[in-house]
Amino acid sequence: MSNLTCECGHVNPRGTIVCESCGKPLGTNDKQEKLLDMKYEGVARRSQTYTTTFIDKVWMFFSSVKVGIWIIVITLLASALGTIYPQEMYIPPSVRPEDYYAAEYGFTGQLYYQLGFHNLYSSWWYMLLIASLGVSILIASIDRFFPLYRALKTQRVTRHANFLKRQRVFGTSEVKDIDESFDVVKKKLKEKKYSISEENGNLVAEKGRFARWGPYINHIGLIIFLIGCMLRYFPGMYVDEHMWIREGETTVVPTTGGQYHIGNEEFIIELYDEDDYVFGEAMQRAGGPIVRTYQTNAVLYERENTGAVGSEGDLVEIDRAEIRVNEPMKFDDFALYQVDYKLHELNSMSFVLEDKETGETFGQIDIDLFNPESVYDLGEGYRIEIREYFPDFVMSSSNVPSTRSQIPDNPVFIFEMFTPDTPEGEVSFVGIRTNLEPMGENDFKMTFVDVETKHVSALIVRKDYTLPILIIGGFIFMIGLVQGSYWAHRRIWFQRIDGKVWIAGHTNKNYLALRKEIDYVISDTSLSAPVDQVEEEEVNNKS
Amino acid sequence: MAAISSNFLLFAFFVYLLATIAFTVSITGKKWRDKQGEMTGNRWGFFGFLLSILGSLLSIAYFITRWIHSGHAPVSNMFEYMTFLGIAIGFAFVIIYAIYRSNYLGLFTMPIVMLIIAYGSMFPGEVAPLIPALQSIWLKIHVITTAIGQGILAIGFVAGLIYLIRTIDFTEANKQTRSLEFVLYAILSLVGFILMGSIFNAMNYEANFAYINENGMEAEMTYTLPALVGPNEGQLLTEGVMSPIVHAPAIIVANDLNTVIWSLFSGFVLYWVLRFVLRKRIGAAIQPILKGVSPQAVDEVSYRAIAIGFPIFTLGGLIFAMIWAQIAWTRFWGWDPKEVWALITFLFYAAYLHLRLSKGWHGEKSAWLCVIGFAIIMFNLVFVNLVIAGLHSYAL
Ligand code: HEM
Repeated sequence: MSNLTCECGHVNPRGTIVCESCGKPLGTNDKQEKLLDMKYEGVARRSQTYTTTFIDKVWMFFSSVKVGIWIIVITLLASALGTIYPQEMYIPPSVRPEDYYAAEYGFTGQLYYQLGFHNLYSSWWYMLLIASLGVSILIASIDRFFPLYRALKTQRVTRHANFLKRQRVFGTSEVKDIDESFDVVKKKLKEKKYSISEENGNLVAEKGRFARWGPYINHIGLIIFLIGCMLRYFPGMYVDEHMWIREGETTVVPTTGGQYHIGNEEFIIELYDEDDYVFGEAMQRAGGPIVRTYQTNAVLYERENTGAVGSEGDLVEIDRAEIRVNEPMKFDDFALYQVDYKLHELNSMSFVLEDKETGETFGQIDIDLFNPESVYDLGEGYRIEIREYFPDFVMSSSNVPSTRSQIPDNPVFIFEMFTPDTPEGEVSFVGIRTNLEPMGENDFKMTFVDVETKHVSALIVRKDYTLPILIIGGFIFMIGLVQGSYWAHRRIWFQRIDGKVWIAGHTNKNYLALRKEIDYVISDTSLSAPVDQVEEEEVNNKS
Repeated sequence: MAAISSNFLLFAFFVYLLATIAFTVSITGKKWRDKQGEMTGNRWGFFGFLLSILGSLLSIAYFITRWIHSGHAPVSNMFEYMTFLGIAIGFAFVIIYAIYRSNYLGLFTMPIVMLIIAYGSMFPGEVAPLIPALQSIWLKIHVITTAIGQGILAIGFVAGLIYLIRTIDFTEANKQTRSLEFVLYAILSLVGFILMGSIFNAMNYEANFAYINENGMEAEMTYTLPALVGPNEGQLLTEGVMSPIVHAPAIIVANDLNTVIWSLFSGFVLYWVLRFVLRKRIGAAIQPILKGVSPQAVDEVSYRAIAIGFPIFTLGGLIFAMIWAQIAWTRFWGWDPKEVWALITFLFYAAYLHLRLSKGWHGEKSAWLCVIGFAIIMFNLVFVNLVIAGLHSYAL
């Protein structure tokens, strides 16, 4: 590896454009007339120094900003692609995706589905894009940060004439008393919060160097954030479980291994008043009731630790909360969110056994629709047996009675009624508003008396160990972003060369603002303002 | 209170109009002499600046009174959000003007502010109740911050537009001139939409149709503009109104499509009338007004606006959005179209910053990117909200 030794004696790594110490442009860079490429102070980076092995090539690839921008743009386009049709998670749960896309959107929908775009954001190639984005950010930052840091640390006050001449903002002026002018300039520079270094009567004023670290800090934040996102693919990092809980019920909180139980004491829902003075007009247009709030009055229990193996401790109440949307209940690392509800779910039904002829009744049975008993003994020889129970009755395609689910949305019973008069039993088929006698005319019937309903509350159980990492990443990202965006790194050199004063300025952004500042700094001296060489060139090209 | 609040907004609108006039005079009017007798331009630019501050103050008054009236921050439906975006562009202008004192920027920004506020006012403006998920302080913080960020990014768009009109060579027809004219046409279509909507609204125009909807059911649909495109198998129920020329298939929301056609059509008419009157491309007609603009300077203004707006947008549109989503929807990210388009906006401006900083995309390329960036923002607000409605849809 051949290094480049500058006139001033400083040894620079190969690939360096400007000497890290005195700023003299090196090698062929010195011959040209163009402005200096001041990116990263013209330092050599690993990606330029080592270019032979496979690892070097990979490093070069990912450290390239061009490649980085392509990765960003491709990610952008891919993300947009996923919004053309709804993702699978947003289509109605009752339909099959293979039918849905074709039925809803025709041929293009079918294609969308077949290309896997209905699950685009969890596809392997989208993940790969995000991963390469992370790798690119990491490598590009390492590649640039260390040399940049070194160059800004080792820079000298006095710069080579060719360095000054080829800065974007540059000018020379002749003044009678240089020292006096410099004193004025120094005072004004201090006013503008520049820190000033002097060497042999030359000045460099610098401010906002810390802004140069902004991109690196924000990139670190991004990487931490992306790592946090990737951690979600490891089991156990987070919990996301849906649960239904009825009023009055207490059940175990899923994924807590039986340690926590939750009770729903009451579910409350409140609607907006349709005659509301403020909202009335909007509600009329919406044309229906609008929910104001709903909540579960929850009690949290923890199982006592008895210490003895095999014996379960009692449930002990440890907390109470009103869980509403936007107001989850938190305990341990868990959070319970209110997400949905179902009003008036059937809970129990009551029937009486009735003599069809006389209308005489023989005792009432109350059936718990979630846990019906198989026999209800009414005494004195009267007895009801439940032969079959379909909580959510439907006639299957082969015309066999069956149930859709265990939720009693349409309960149907096949009862067998035993009385002293009919000891062999009579069969009846009873549901909501149906009462059939499939085995022939009966003497007795089950008469519907009452039904009890309950509200059911839907909660989501959440635990997420990646959140702290995401928060830290996001926080660091924002700090770096603000640091790099709201401050600029500015340097102004004032140098005495051949009895003249040379002024050169450099900033990483916003040259106009830099020039305004220079104008202010020299305003009480006879120094003439340096010009923006890029602007000059543009004007010259035009005319 | 509701009336007071609307009046404040109306006043703000007119103050922005006055500011536009002041900035126009500052550029086209006579130059004044200062104490030393030198020509230094006139004071109208400063008046314009004061008026824009007054406009912002009146907007704040609108915002606060409406907040008090409804009990929640007025950023929860299309009307409220759009007007707030207009207000935010006004704020952003005040900030950027304070740094760069560019009257040209005022001349272009003030009309855009008015346009966006007027556009917002086309949506139903009554105070709507909030469903439970929207009743969160984080939602308000998220939306307000996002709008301010977008407002500042919009200044980048305006400066980019000025750059393009200032520098593009209009003597030939090529990709640049055509694209720029297209941008101006898009703005005119927005004007057209507002004009058509206001005119027919003032006439209380309404046409009802019975039609067959996408589920094969009979339904009714109301048009507030004359129907060029009627709904699927639509039968006019209102008498004495125009009957449609064609009928849309059932899967298309026909009255929305009709509105879009009217906007594009009236924009088209406006564009060609202007072009006929001016006898040249609209950009070419504006160009002479901008001859005093330094391209370097507007280029820097546009970049500065984006550099200021990007962190604020990121904070509001992604970070606060995630905090709210975590609390309200139990997960910080759900790949909902609105979220995805916020991410796209973020990625787009990130690409812009890298192209500019590391690939030296200054001047024209950079200006085009600013225009596209703002188009993405508007797309997210309008199209994604109204058409690909997800969780965040404001349309009640
Ligand atoms: C979405 C992801 C990214 C974001 C949000 C981001 C953000 C930023 C920001 C805000 C800046 C400062 C720009 C300015 O001040 O104008 C920056 C600079 C930079 N970024 Fe990124 N970046 C991302 C991805 C990448 C990637 C993939 C690369 C890989 C090549 C990269 C390489 C750089 C470099 C080399 C700089 C300049 C550093 C300097 O001036 O010292 N960035 N980035």
